[in-house]
Amino acid sequence: MSQIETFYEVMRSQGITRRSFMKYCSLTAAALGLGPAFVPKIAHAMETKPRTPVIWVHGLECTCCSESFIRSAHPLAKDVVLSMISLDYDDTLMAAAGHAAEAALQDTIDKYKGNYILAVEGNPPLNEDGMYCIVGGKPFVDQLRHAAEHAKAIISWGACASYGCVQAAKPNPTRATPVHKVITDKPIIKVPGCPPIAEVMTGVITYMLTFDRMPELDRQGRPAMFYSQRIHDKCYRRPHFDAGQFVEHWDDENARKGYCLYKMGCKGPTTYNACSTVRWNEGVSFPIQSGHGCIGCSEDGFWDQGSFYNRVTDLTQFGVEANADKIGMAAAGVVGGGIALHAAVSALKSAQKKTQSSKEEV
Amino acid sequence: MVIQTPNGYTLDNGGQRVVIDPVTRIEGHMRCEVNVNDENIITNAVSTGTMWRGLEVILKGRDPRDAWAFTERICGVCTGTHALTSVRAVEDALGIQIPDNANSIRNMMQLALQMHDHIVHFYHLHALDWVNPINALKADPKATSELQQAVSPSHPLSSPGYFRDVQNRLKKFVESGQLGLFKNGYWDNPAYLLPPEADLMATTHYLEALDLQKEIVKIHTIFGGKNPHPNWLVGGVPCPINIDGVGSVGAINMERLNMVQSIIQQTQDFNRNVYIPDVKAIGGFYKNWLYGGGLSSQACLAYGDIPEHANDFSPEQLHLPRGAIINGDLTQVHDVDPRDPEQVQEFVDHSWYTYGEPGKGLHPWDGVTEPKYELGPNAKGTRTDIKELDEAAKYSWIKAPRWRGHAMEVGPLARYVVGYAKGHEDIKGQVDGLLRDMGLPLEAVFSTLGRTAARALESEYCGRLTQHFFDKLINNIRNGDQSTANIEKWDPSTWPKEARGVGMTEAPRGALGHWIKIEDGRIDNYQCVVPTTWNGSPRDTAGNIGAFEASLMNTRVERPEEPVEVLRTLHSFDPCLACSTHVMSPDGDELANVKVR
Repeated sequence: MSQIETFYEVMRSQGITRRSFMKYCSLTAAALGLGPAFVPKIAHAMETKPRTPVIWVHGLECTCCSESFIRSAHPLAKDVVLSMISLDYDDTLMAAAGHAAEAALQDTIDKYKGNYILAVEGNPPLNEDGMYCIVGGKPFVDQLRHAAEHAKAIISWGACASYGCVQAAKPNPTRATPVHKVITDKPIIKVPGCPPIAEVMTGVITYMLTFDRMPELDRQGRPAMFYSQRIHDKCYRRPHFDAGQFVEHWDDENARKGYCLYKMGCKGPTTYNACSTVRWNEGVSFPIQSGHGCIGCSEDGFWDQGSFYNRVTDLTQFGVEANADKIGMAAAGVVGGGIALHAAVSALKSAQKKTQSSKEEV
Repeated sequence: MVIQTPNGYTLDNGGQRVVIDPVTRIEGHMRCEVNVNDENIITNAVSTGTMWRGLEVILKGRDPRDAWAFTERICGVCTGTHALTSVRAVEDALGIQIPDNANSIRNMMQLALQMHDHIVHFYHLHALDWVNPINALKADPKATSELQQAVSPSHPLSSPGYFRDVQNRLKKFVESGQLGLFKNGYWDNPAYLLPPEADLMATTHYLEALDLQKEIVKIHTIFGGKNPHPNWLVGGVPCPINIDGVGSVGAINMERLNMVQSIIQQTQDFNRNVYIPDVKAIGGFYKNWLYGGGLSSQACLAYGDIPEHANDFSPEQLHLPRGAIINGDLTQVHDVDPRDPEQVQEFVDHSWYTYGEPGKGLHPWDGVTEPKYELGPNAKGTRTDIKELDEAAKYSWIKAPRWRGHAMEVGPLARYVVGYAKGHEDIKGQVDGLLRDMGLPLEAVFSTLGRTAARALESEYCGRLTQHFFDKLINNIRNGDQSTANIEKWDPSTWPKEARGVGMTEAPRGALGHWIKIEDGRIDNYQCVVPTTWNGSPRDTAGNIGAFEASLMNTRVERPEEPVEVLRTLHSFDPCLACSTHVMSPDGDELANVKVR
């Protein structure tokens, strides 16, 4: 094997000047919300490190995470795959198949023990001895355990790997199980969403390559940099919410004016994700901007929280107030203010519920 | 043992058994086993779906207006097409008429998906069956530039320097020893026929297509808020139009429409200047490799799609054709009725399900799905470590759908065969033109290469249709119609106590149908019969083999242990396994049983 090439060498070999390289490092620092002091650190890391091997396995899923990943605009997916990581196994994109593919997996594990990242898209079903998802004639859960054993860290891509997602919705016929319930002895980063935003996915990977460490995680194991605030907190339609201006029916005058979608069932008030800031597909839009409420796809169990068109307050999860709607209305008496207030109460209760449930999990 | 199938194949499971698991560069999980004789000819093929998720049972009892979001998650590659099928099924059940603008917007989203899916399929899932990126290192960039300018004079990225840069990048990548996605490819297999210059050109376009595909989907982002998995709405589309009034910056306005127009143009340029010329150029080197036709000359099925007018699904109003061809008779195109219990039926004798008694076929309205995972007596290995399957018994998580008892091929080639047989002007023009340019007879379309070429032609045709519906939307807005949703029946209290409906689309991979039954405002039953269920189906009761299996028969492979040819033909269908598998309960209960009223 010839000498492993560093990230910096790859960039230089593509005709990128030292000056452009440093500019790239500055942009990376800015994109990650870091000050200029971090630029030399990023540069140093990129000058000295070989491309990190990544093994990307697929369980029960729909491949939307892979599709999202290749939508990344900064960095471009081709640059990630050619220059930043070494994607040594990914059954969706790799050239080899069958025995040759399995050999590529084993080679990577043997050669880079403890030094590769395991990316998991989808989850293992545990019913029927795991045979609802078969890879190489064996249950997918075997492949997952095998690849996890020597991984440096695991990334759980999307709602499937993080929480179970649609196949784990009630009654979860296959017993589809999130990765952290099967692999308990490795650091796991959850990057939820159905799918996660492309630049969030590449942002998490480049963060790990750049700083050679795990990003700061919240209680649920999500990167705080992308999942610490609710969509509602940064929604550009928030002023309409606060002013009590709501869409009442699809395609009504208020919808055309871009009023708040809260009454149409928007789950922005209880959903932690970066959609309203990073936005989707190179910042073109996000669900609320295009007229449909958030369905809460980055939250645990979002499939089983009632209809996507039920108002958040109609959910039973808000604790002692059987109907937060009434309390909000009674307290404020005025329509606009009432809704704002009960929404605030609801959000608070929801946040409490989250804290409790994450404690229970631990 | 030698078996004759009713649909005309001689299967011989003697000789060497070759197992491919996982089949890679597909959506989902799949296994394939073939028998190869001493002359390296495939004499038996076994296609197995190796995953099951159970979405249809999960849908039971849910709000029908939510079903699009669940079914959309059947597949993130053909994202949106299940959602469209679902809202159509619900609207059909409840008698909801959508506005014209919603029809135009939905069509543009569906067509954008067709183009995106076809381009990503060809360059990122299929190309490595024909193109050898390692061989591209030997290319002369100047000669590559000449080749590029010869096959596509209008494509601006064609200078020797451009190809040299790409080649240098590739060279560094390969020399690093970290081959990534190209690791363990079959790069010295004689099945690869391209000269280095064509390999370099195509590898370059692999990267260009990767950049382009993220642009195409912005049509989904504009109208649906995100991609993958944009948002849809029963009764229309969720995005309101506000072209010049107060708040138009928060709706579909001129800026948004301009972006859509620019994406249509960019994609169509790629279709015309890169995709079709590449298929012709690569196809030119492989035109003596005309294996893989399978059922395409015998039995093709298309439901049709892209209605010109909102709510009118009559065959003459659909831009993508509807019809069925059987027994190889292209002079007769049969109409297709998804409500007819005699037409679409599913069989499970060779699938890991049971109907209680053998030999039954059930229409989706009567769909029963009860699991029965078991390996046949001649299988090798154990139930959790399968070495070889026994295809005389049950061997797949995919059911076997049949149209009037016939195994059918669906997908771009099936659509084009049906369209050609019906005398569809645009389709006939494209096909005749391509055959003329390549100096090939009509029979050549019934092949792996034909399937791949039909997809490219269809991408270009879809580009024209997208422009058509963009113009139609603009025209409608000009005439004062800004409506995008019909909410008359949004409230479930307006619904009948019981209702049932069917939604049909042409997904990128072929005919897709959803059957729904609603009771008391909730989903009582939901069944999907999807393209890869048709194409990837196992044998049925009568012993007919499905489209994947038929297409592999009699193919010569260079090296049985390096199954390039098998992958090439399987990939030409663009298999989607997450879509194709059915529903069952954890404890074996009968979950889905709908009686026809």
